[in-house]
Parts: sequence; C-alpha cells; structure tokens
Amino acid sequence: MTKTTTSKMTSPKIKIAGVLLVLFALGLPMIWPWLKTPMVVATSFGIAALGVSILIRSGQLSFGHAMFSCAAGYAVAFTARAMPELDSAVLILLGTAFGAVMGMVIGLFVVRYRAIFFGMLNLALSMVLFSILGKFYSLTGGTDGIRLARPTFFGVRMERDGFETTLLVVAVVLAVALAWGVQRYMMSIAGQALTAVKTNETRLEYVGLSANRALWIGYVISAALCGLSGAMFALMQGLVTPEMGYWVRSGEIVFISILGGVGHPVGAFLGALVFEFVKLYSAALFTGAWQMVLGFVLIGLVFFVPTGLSGLLFRKEPK
Amino acid sequence: MFTTKITRLMLAAGFAMTALALPLAQAQTAKPAELKIGITTFTSGPASVFGVPAKQAAEIYLEDLNAAGGINGVKVVPTFVDEGVGGDKLLSEYRRVVQEQGVKVMLGSISSGSCNIVAPVAEDLKVLNILWDCGTEKVLEERRYRYVVRTQANATTEMVASVLYLLRQKPNFKTIAVVNQDYAWGRDSWELFSHTLKMLKPDVKVVAELFPKFGASDFSTEISRLQALRPDVILSTSWGGDLDTFVRQSAQRGLIKNSLFVLPLAESSLERLGTTLPDGVIVGARGDHYFLHPELKDDPKLKNFVQKFKAKTGAYPIYSVYHMIQALDGMVAGYDKAIKANKGQWPSTEQVADAMHGLNFRGLTREVKIRADGQGLEDQLLGTTRKTAAYPFPVLDKIEIYPAEMAIAPVGQKSVDWVKTIKPELLRDPRIKTFPPIAN
Amino acid sequence: MNQELFLLAMLDGLSYAALLFLVALGMTLVFGVMRILNMAHGSMYAFGGYFAATLGMWAVAAKFSPAWSFVWLLVAALVVGAVMGAVMEIFLLRRIYHKEQILQLLVTFAAFMIFEDLQRLIWGSQPYFVSNIVNYLGVAEVLGITYTRYQLMVLPGVALVVFFGLRHFLKSSSTGRQIVAVAHNREVAMAMGIDARRICLLTFVVGSMLGALGGALASPTTSLVPGIGADMIVLSFAVVATAGLGQIEGTLITAILIGLTRSFAVYLQPESEVLVPYLIMVLVLLFRPQGLFSVAQARRV
Repeated sequence: MTKTTTSKMTSPKIKIAGVLLVLFALGLPMIWPWLKTPMVVATSFGIAALGVSILIRSGQLSFGHAMFSCAAGYAVAFTARAMPELDSAVLILLGTAFGAVMGMVIGLFVVRYRAIFFGMLNLALSMVLFSILGKFYSLTGGTDGIRLARPTFFGVRMERDGFETTLLVVAVVLAVALAWGVQRYMMSIAGQALTAVKTNETRLEYVGLSANRALWIGYVISAALCGLSGAMFALMQGLVTPEMGYWVRSGEIVFISILGGVGHPVGAFLGALVFEFVKLYSAALFTGAWQMVLGFVLIGLVFFVPTGLSGLLFRKEPK
Repeated sequence: MFTTKITRLMLAAGFAMTALALPLAQAQTAKPAELKIGITTFTSGPASVFGVPAKQAAEIYLEDLNAAGGINGVKVVPTFVDEGVGGDKLLSEYRRVVQEQGVKVMLGSISSGSCNIVAPVAEDLKVLNILWDCGTEKVLEERRYRYVVRTQANATTEMVASVLYLLRQKPNFKTIAVVNQDYAWGRDSWELFSHTLKMLKPDVKVVAELFPKFGASDFSTEISRLQALRPDVILSTSWGGDLDTFVRQSAQRGLIKNSLFVLPLAESSLERLGTTLPDGVIVGARGDHYFLHPELKDDPKLKNFVQKFKAKTGAYPIYSVYHMIQALDGMVAGYDKAIKANKGQWPSTEQVADAMHGLNFRGLTREVKIRADGQGLEDQLLGTTRKTAAYPFPVLDKIEIYPAEMAIAPVGQKSVDWVKTIKPELLRDPRIKTFPPIAN
Repeated sequence: MNQELFLLAMLDGLSYAALLFLVALGMTLVFGVMRILNMAHGSMYAFGGYFAATLGMWAVAAKFSPAWSFVWLLVAALVVGAVMGAVMEIFLLRRIYHKEQILQLLVTFAAFMIFEDLQRLIWGSQPYFVSNIVNYLGVAEVLGITYTRYQLMVLPGVALVVFFGLRHFLKSSSTGRQIVAVAHNREVAMAMGIDARRICLLTFVVGSMLGALGGALASPTTSLVPGIGADMIVLSFAVVATAGLGQIEGTLITAILIGLTRSFAVYLQPESEVLVPYLIMVLVLLFRPQGLFSVAQARRV
C-alpha cells in the first residue's frame, strides 16, 4: 500500500483534536465522577457513528443501523443471563461478533440497493426487530427490556465505581484504536473502492472491482462497530430495551456522523460529545427542547458546513 | 525509662480512644442543610393524566412539611424525573440525579417496568428507593433488598381482592376476556388474577387475552374482537390515558353495556371519564383510596387534604395522589424512627433504610405496615359504579374492604406459587368488611 | 376463522387502511413530483391531529352544534398543511433541490426533530381526546357488532373521495397535468414553460394537507400524545415503499393490504399485529425493491 499523501493522516489539527478528546473523556470524569456514565454512552455513540460514517462515505444513508447495536445488546443480555460467569471483555467481543455476523447476513441482501431503497430497507429491517423485541414479552421482556447483572471485568469482580472506570478506559482506548483502524481502512483499496461507490460506481465496475463487494465489506465493518457500541451500552446501563433499535435512534447516530463530519474518524467522536452535551444540559439551557436545537444545528450544518465539525479542522489555509 | 513507659501507655490509651471514637463519629452523620429527594412520575404521554396529579400532591405535601420545619428541622427539596421518556433514558436520569445532585432518597416509580429497572440500581448506588406506586410483586420477591421498600400493596393483594369482589358480586359468570397493557404490570397482574380465579372458580373459560402496547391510542380492533366473542366479563388492569381511551372507545361501541367491566385501577379515571362510565362497572383503587371512603371520609386528615387538593388542582385526588402522600408520610415516619434510634442524630441512609423495614405509618387512609422484606401491607377497597345527583361522575357503591393480611403471599414465598394454595373459603372470610349501600 | 369474523376483520381493516392511505398518499405525491422523501411528513399528521383537537374544543366552548365537527377537521387539515407545508417548502426545501439525496433526507429529518419539540411546546405532553363528532354520528350495527358510523363510513368515505378527486384532478385539470409533467421530467417540463417552482410548492402543500388530514381524521378516535408523528412516519414509509414511490393507485391498494393484514393479525395472532406492516415491506422490497406497482424508469445517464 503506497502511502498516499494526505494531509488528513498527519494533520496536526486533527491530532490535537484527538488528544483533546481523549483528555476530555478521561479527565473530566476524574473531577466529576458522575460524568463517567455519560462519557461511556457518548463514546459508544461515537463508535456507532463511526460505523455509519463509513457507509455515508459510500453515499448510502442507513436509517436502521441502531438494529445492530440493539441486537448485539440483547445478545449480550441473553448470554450474560445464561452464563453469568462470563467476563465483560468476552461479552464485548461477543456483541461485536454478533453485530458483524448479522451485518454479513443482512448485508448480502441490502448491498444490492442504493440510495433511498438502501435507506428504506434498513429502516424496515430495524422496525421489524424493534417490533419483535417489544411484542414477545415472555421471550424478550417486551418494552421493559432485559436487565444485566454486573459481570467481572478482566477477571476482576468490581464495585460499581471500579467497573465504570474500567469500562470508560476500555471505551476510550477502543475508540482511539478503531479511529486509527478505520482511517487505515479508508486509505486501503477496499476503503477507496467504497468511496468510489459514491463518486462513480460504473467506473469502479469497469476497473474490475465489485461495487457490491466493496459496499458489503463496509457494511459488515459498520455493523460490527454498531454491535460493539451496543455491547458497551448494555454493560454500562445494565439494561437493554427495544428503544435501542428504534428508527429515531438510528437517525440520531446519523446525525452525530454528519455533525462531526465523515471526513475523518475523529469527527464521529466530536459529534458524539457535542450531542451528549446538548442532551445532558438541555433541561438547564434550552428548557428541554434539545431536539429543536439539534434540528436547527443540523440544518445549519447542511447549508454552511456540510463537512461537519471535523471538516472545520481541514480547511486549507488560503495561499 | 519510667516516662517513656507512661508516654507509651498514654499514647496507646489515646490511640484506643480515637479508634473507638471514630466509628461513633461515623454513625453521627452531620445534619444536612436540606434533604434532597428525587421523585419519578409520568409527566408526559398518556400516563401523565395519572402522574401529574401525584406530582402536584407531592408539591402540596412538601410545602406543608417544610413550612412546619421539615424533618427534624431539615427541609426537603424534591427533583422530579419524567418516567415518560422510557426505561433507558429514565435510568440515565436516575443515575445522574443520584450521583450529580446528591439525592439521598428516591421515590420511584409508577411503572412496574421502571421499578424492575431502578430497584437493583438503587441497591447498587446505595440510595433509599421507595416504590411508591408500581404494583409488580416480582420486584421484591425475586431478590431481598436493603435499600428498596414499598409503601403500598402489590399485585397479589390487589388482584386477589379483585377476584374476590367479582365473585361475590357476580358468582355465576362463564367467560372472561382480558385487555391489559403489554408490560410488566399488565402481564404480572393477569398472571395472578387468572391463577386466583382458576382456584376459586375452575370452570371459567378465558376467551381472549389481548395485550395492546403501553400507550396504545386505538383499541378498535380489540373492541371488535371482544364484541364478536361476547364474554360475560372483561378485565382490564390498564390505567391512565390508556384506560381512558379504552373505556371511551368501548362506550362508543356499546361494549361496556354488553359485558361486565372489571377495572381494578379505574378509581383514578372516575372523574375524567364522568358519565362515560355507566352504572355497574366494578372499580378498584389499588388500596383503600377513595375520597368518599366509608370509614374515613370525615376524618380530618383526609378531608382537609381532599379540600386542599381540589382547591389547588380543580379535581378530586386519585389513588396515585394517595400513594404519593403515603410514600412521603412513610419516608418521614422512617426518618423519625431512625432519628429516635440514633438518639436524635441525623441518620445515615443505611439507618433509614433499615428503619423503613418493619415500619407502621399512616398516609391519608388506613394504616400501612411494611414487612421485613420491604413489602407494604395495604388494605384494598373495591366498589361498583353508580350515578348520583351529588357528583358529575359516578361514585362507588357496594363498597367492600379487604385487609391486606388475607391476600398476600408470606415472606419468602413467590406469589405465583402462593395463589395456587388459595381456598374457596376465602370468599366468605369474615375479615372482609362490607358497607351499607349508599343513599341516593 | 368463520365468515362472520372475516367480515368483521375486513371492516376494521378498511377504516384503518383509509387513514394509512391518506397519510401515505401525501408522502408519495411529494416524492413523485419533487423526488424528496419527507421525513417530517409524520409531523404534518401530528399537527393536523392536535390542531383539529384544539379547534374541536374551541367549537364546543363557542357552542357550535356538533354537526359542524366535520368542517373543523377539514379546516384544521387545510390550515396546517398550508402553513407548515408552505413554510417548509419555501424556507427549506427550495434550497436543497440541487443537493444530494442524503443531505435532503437529513434536512427533512432535522425538520422532524424541530417539529417534535415545537408540538410539545405548543400543546404540552398530556393527552388530548376530542371525540365530539364520533358521539354525534352514533353507531351502526353490522352482524351484531356495533361500529361507530364515523369508523364505518366517514373514514373510508373521505379516503375514496380524496382518491378519485386527486386522480381526476391530475388527469383532467391543467394544473394537475402540469404536476404530472414535472413528476415525469422536471427539466423538460421547465423547458416547456411550466413554472416548476410553483408546481413544487403546490404539490408540497397538498401533500402536507393530506398528511394533516390523516391526523385530523384520526384525532376523534385516538388520544393525541407526543410521538405519534414518529410512529406514523415509519408506517407511511412501509406503505409507500411497498407500493412504489409515486404510485397513487398502488398506495391505495397497499394501504388496504396492510390495513387488512394487520386487522386479521389481531383476530388470528394478536402478538404479530405490530410486526405485520414492516414484515410486508421487507418481503416486498427484497423481491421487488422498487415496490409492487412502480413502472420501470429509464435510467438517465
């Protein structure tokens, strides 16, 4: 793989942004311990948004990706209930794997479609899952969901405080690793083929690469990331509910991707942080109308800053 | 050498005294400037017609309490959390309120689903959680809690009493259908009701079990189906906006005239539904909560509160209001008991939690007792609707009150198992209190 | 399942289908002409319902006879559709025609988020239930089952009137044919002198009115709470996608299909009732991604 000259990889602004995010995520909860939960939630949303942004780069918008985090969360909850001695690390891997496998299967059908049909099919599938989870009370706990007891982490049984700190550190480490990994992926042939699905799919086929295949790979990765996000969320909350898979949740993940910008993985986490912050303090600042605020922000972004917050960091200096 | 020995002795003594004093000092938590409590209730969605009056009741109660000095001089400051946002978001808010705002006592929740979720979290966070309105019996039966108590009855008592009342009023019905909300309460209450019914009247046939989703806004298909099946009795443990919609739509289609409706939670909808409810509907109050309580309607505490509530909100109190007052009265009684046991010092959360177990106190109606497992014993009132000239909505006639002791599983036994041991003699139990029919 | 239950399930399904049709029609019309999938369409439904309830309560207070109730429902739908539709089209949609589809979807999603909170700010979060018209029209008996006349006759009646009216309008009137022209090929239509901007504004307003009409007609029989907009959007998606975007006749048939299947599900297998519309959508899209009734579109290179 030739090292493509891209300012994105080595841009100092991006690096600073990334470092600041990590400091934020780890440092703030040290001062205010109650922030640990929102930080883990924000990080897991960021990882899901990272997955969705991969697809956005291919020009496809999925309003159904929350189904992967939801299904992975339920898989973790069912497994933890059946085998309570399993470690959290194992459960996280399990959730990710579940998401990936589900993505492989669903992806086989879904990657044949483009644009609106792609979006709608994903939406429909997520609503099927949502309805099933909400309705079959005896199997899935219905709308009340399923609770998880706190498992061990890395073999150690911890109190709530230690567990949350460990989960936070693991989340942040994973976020950094995945951001780097996704960036490498986007630079690789598979990743660039994915981007070509958006820019010129016919030419991609002419070159001999299968557009559907490229999209499928991207889809599986995005599903795995959403699965990971769902597993972490489930462990943090100790609860999974069908709401995790509702279409509005998918929309929020998409929103975070766009807010942060899909140009660089750091955008997904920037977006997630801003999103969580607005939601958390909406009662104090916006009299609870956080959806309206974010709606206006999104419109503003689309018109003025379509590359998102991370795009602001890329702006080339005028010569 | 002599001095060093004495010095060492004195040092040792001093050390020993400090070592002994430390735990004593810890037991004496400093009296806080104010006691922060959190209250979860529905302030949005269909259930808000049920949750908002409870919020108003809490505000009235705490205003009076603080005006009288609070608990042992400490004012009580509430934070309200909306249950209508869903279990997931509720949990996040719950955690934030406890961890960020330093709330010491939580009153949660209305929804049985929410209670199942917050109870283990409360135990984990070591915050006292009073289950102030939810009914599922499972939450206190599946696990022993130190920090979670319930200041009201549970589904077992309520459903057993409902079955008894139904059979005493209408001993010879053949078919029954159920329309319950699809979540913990709807499912658990039906499980207990149907098992109890089967023990007391084995030949009854269940013709339909319908579980529309919580917050459903349209029951037309369910109503059509019920009309086709024509059951003698239709049971619904729905409440709030869901019950209102179901009753209204049933009334529009005439279903409520053709089948006997048994609505154990409908006391909370009487005023809102008004004349939509015909005579003859069996209504329960999840406790003995009724502003025209046959024993207590002239009792000063109840009467004054009803007047105050009506003056402030324009409506009569419903059972969610009574439950809220009961929970707050229970909390105050618990604190008083713990303070007394702690020789006048402000107690720790653990001490209050322990004091709540085994507590006897009174809300607005009959006394409530909390058992060793944290479950409350609350007597149940049921009646039949009847229109009178005195009120623009039906009042309850043929009232009967069922003491809690006769209708609850013993400590340590699961209700689902206990109801299978109910004997038909319970129908004629002398502890059941009946009252003369109301004058017109 | 015997014949009696079959007929009853059909009657229930048809009145539900009527509502679905009206809302889905608005969405599919907008897509057909403007190629925009409006994610805020459910908000039109919600606002239509709430405003109808408000008008209904005002009418009662102003001592109007209940015979006027139907008029208030129509007025509510027209006002909401006109105001919200025009505002959204002029300030928002007009500026994103040239943008890529993803961004268009996002903008309408943002509009949905704004409307959700706006609705809560205006009407609060407690439920509304204003059913004067239902009580006024009374009941009718079919096979021993009592139905409300509103459900049996008004809902399907309005749906049919709208359907035939719209078809006639699109085929026969000048404006209607201009709309069809713009739907087929916007550039060519503009080249022929059709004011596409005006047509698009008109279409969007009409589409929003249809969505609001669905909400207004639903309001007497359901309780209005926050979130009904979000629920209705996915349901309309299911209908629209299954039928084929932009297909009016197809939408009617699909709405009936989904409405009937759902009500049969309640009779036969109640647990699957909520699942049915999405299951149908998935099955149809998997085998015929362009929908059941769409015509093949020549690909423009």
